Amino acid sequence: MEERYIRNLGALTEQECAALRTKTVFVAGCGGLGGYLIEMLLRLGVGEIHAADGDAFEASNLNRQLLSSPSSLGKPKAEAAAMRAELVNPDVRFVAVPQFVTEENAAELIRGSDAVLDALDNIQARRTLARACAEAGIPMIHGAICGWSAQAAVVMPGDDLIEKIYPEGVSLSSKASLSFTPPFCAALQIALCTRLLTGRPLETGRLYMADLLDMELESLF
Amino acid sequence: MIEVRFFATLRDGRGKITQVPAEEASTAGDLLRRFEIPPEEVAILLINGFHSKPENPVKDGDVISLFPPVGGG
Repeated sequence: MEERYIRNLGALTEQECAALRTKTVFVAGCGGLGGYLIEMLLRLGVGEIHAADGDAFEASNLNRQLLSSPSSLGKPKAEAAAMRAELVNPDVRFVAVPQFVTEENAAELIRGSDAVLDALDNIQARRTLARACAEAGIPMIHGAICGWSAQAAVVMPGDDLIEKIYPEGVSLSSKASLSFTPPFCAALQIALCTRLLTGRPLETGRLYMADLLDMELESLF
Repeated sequence: MIEVRFFATLRDGRGKITQVPAEEASTAGDLLRRFEIPPEEVAILLINGFHSKPENPVKDGDVISLFPPVGGG
């Protein structure tokens, strides 16, 4: 085993670490959640990461987005993700796609992935991604944040969790987010993703909702 | 009494838990109106832990949980 993964041992077996190195993960979004998801996947040691985001950094991203810095303002988020990947773990094959997830490209973007991580920032794109995952038979690990709150869930093909948590007519009224909410949510997602990719027992279709203001973790459904 | 539990931003100005006399609400939607919560600001509505809708009836002893949409990334 490569020395850089030695501290994974004890928490993961050597076989699990080797299995992770064979996995491909798609990350939808390279913003608040996506930046931390990519960082954690790179250090955990998956084999291949594909990450898509059509956006560029702006100053309001700086309070929470790991890949952003004053010098990156105006630059594509996907490009910053590729640079970070090369810096942190060049042994992970990294494919950056400077595109938003749409009805037209979703199926192609996720093709061949063992898991899809939801780091999107709007309900419509999440519905699109969830439909594409269901059709392709790929598990989706949902994550979302608002203010002090974070939620995460494993959505297996056929689960209707996304329809349950984003019913028709519901709207996002707040864009607030703090520096610590995205990494907390990303950690929940990567813990679930690691269990999924290593074949460990996993309760799917359950929504984990954390409130960092009141220090509560609810498990719904 | 009906117990109403608020989560995340729905706690602002309402607290975590409150009790409502059963005769003052016949549906979950009555409770939303009572606490001035627009329906589009409730993503998940549980009655006794079961996924429900505003038109679903509520009765004495029920526990209603209300979660706002969390959708940022």
